[in-house]
Amino acid sequence: MSGTVLGAPDIARALTRIAHEILERNEGHESLVLLGIPTRGVPLAARLAKRIAEVEPGFDAAANAGALDITMYRDDLRLQPTRTIGETTLPPAGIDDATVVLVDDVFHTGRTIRAALDAIKDLGRPRAVQLAVLVDRGHRELPIRADFVGKNLPTSKSERVDVHLEETDGVDEVLISRRAADTATGEAGE
Amino acid sequence: MKHLLGTDTLSREDAVLILDTAAQMAATQEREMRKLPTLRGRTVVNLFFEDSTRTRISFEAAAKRLSADVINFSAKGSSLSKGESLKDTALTLQAMGADAVVVRHWASGAAQRLAESDWMAGHVLNAGDGTHQHPTQALLDAFTIRRHLVGGGTDAEATGKALEGLTVAIVGDILHSRVAGSNIPLLKTLGANVVVVAPPTLLPYGMAARTDIAVHYTLDEAIEAHDIDAIMMLRVQRERMTGGGSGFFPSPEEYTRLFGLDAERFARLADHAIVLHPGPMNRGLEISAEAADHPRSVIVEQVSNGVAVRMAALYLLLAGEEASA
Repeated sequence: MSGTVLGAPDIARALTRIAHEILERNEGHESLVLLGIPTRGVPLAARLAKRIAEVEPGFDAAANAGALDITMYRDDLRLQPTRTIGETTLPPAGIDDATVVLVDDVFHTGRTIRAALDAIKDLGRPRAVQLAVLVDRGHRELPIRADFVGKNLPTSKSERVDVHLEETDGVDEVLISRRAADTATGEAGE
Repeated sequence: MKHLLGTDTLSREDAVLILDTAAQMAATQEREMRKLPTLRGRTVVNLFFEDSTRTRISFEAAAKRLSADVINFSAKGSSLSKGESLKDTALTLQAMGADAVVVRHWASGAAQRLAESDWMAGHVLNAGDGTHQHPTQALLDAFTIRRHLVGGGTDAEATGKALEGLTVAIVGDILHSRVAGSNIPLLKTLGANVVVVAPPTLLPYGMAARTDIAVHYTLDEAIEAHDIDAIMMLRVQRERMTGGGSGFFPSPEEYTRLFGLDAERFARLADHAIVLHPGPMNRGLEISAEAADHPRSVIVEQVSNGVAVRMAALYLLLAGEEASA
């Protein structure tokens, strides 16, 4: 399998559904905070917040969407070239007692989310943490699961999943390709 | 980057990366939980052949905030005072498994000797060598200047930017100052205009002839001639003045009259201008109490920025893959 698996309308529909699921699960928008994991989780979190605000006018999308950089919490720092540290932005009120929804583009091994949970622990004590991902490609290496999934995409480990977004890449699409053996590292959102 | 030895060999790209990383580190230091797990299991040795309190505790704080183990090794009360050579000390540190060595030495070039030798495999960070370089001080000065004068005072807007178009004056003992030795090349690399103010006796040979630096022999002349955005007052290093007696300038009073920053001279600077000092200050000699305690004095802030910049340097040298080490 290769080529485009999700186009712009598919991504828009998936995000709208996830926004509704988040509201349904949490019975409203009370103390809801969406934190995107850089790079592409950040615009996804902002889009989800915007959709939630469309349904629940009392929800302040700008104030309750942020970014959570996990670089300094990764368990593979010593296996990779030095990574540039991204920005962490939290709501002015912090995340204590909030329901934090982590947002990422591709859910793969679960290691990114493990690092994100550690990072959250240092930032405050949320009431609950949930996980929303655009694509779940499987191959989990840790006992972590997503609460909200845009699309389940069964893949083989030799395949590569790339999410492109308007904000970062100029176009909304999810691509799948067979990766060459020598480009086995540097995959987005593992 | 494998080592951080001086700013003269630092590319603009790497310098901006260090400043950007420092901005993220500074953001983590405003949280309630300031410790990060990033360098867990790594060992950083502070190897100080020369007395220094602020640089050592700054590096120690930076390493500890990143969860590295810190070993302090200072000349007093150790084998260093018994005449052990740099080589034998390095071999000892290697045997102890030091991942990085922060070295302060009275001899110019000591850090480079350590880095280029095969005595130890770890990363070397120069924390001041003789009258040569003190790169983390220059980086924290540049970071402080950028925070105040670039991007309207917000880290997000300043990210990726250098110091283009800013005029920075460095006042005092340029000859012996490793702070100036690191600041001048770094400021040039980052695109700032550099103005040097010093008695002719305290200028390095050949500096007055350089066309890329403006040199003035009194502070009043420099304030007249340039729109100074940031002014950096260097400490009159009494311990280095004793070599030739009072040979470098006639008297402390005259130095203060010609080169000291007081309230009157401060008032003639632009409204946005900031004053920096690497510390420790000689109040009343190179800087008056009014200038040191002025709202636009960023001297205390330099100390906290120092921790962030050193965290950035340790992160960038130590966090990456083993293979490159």
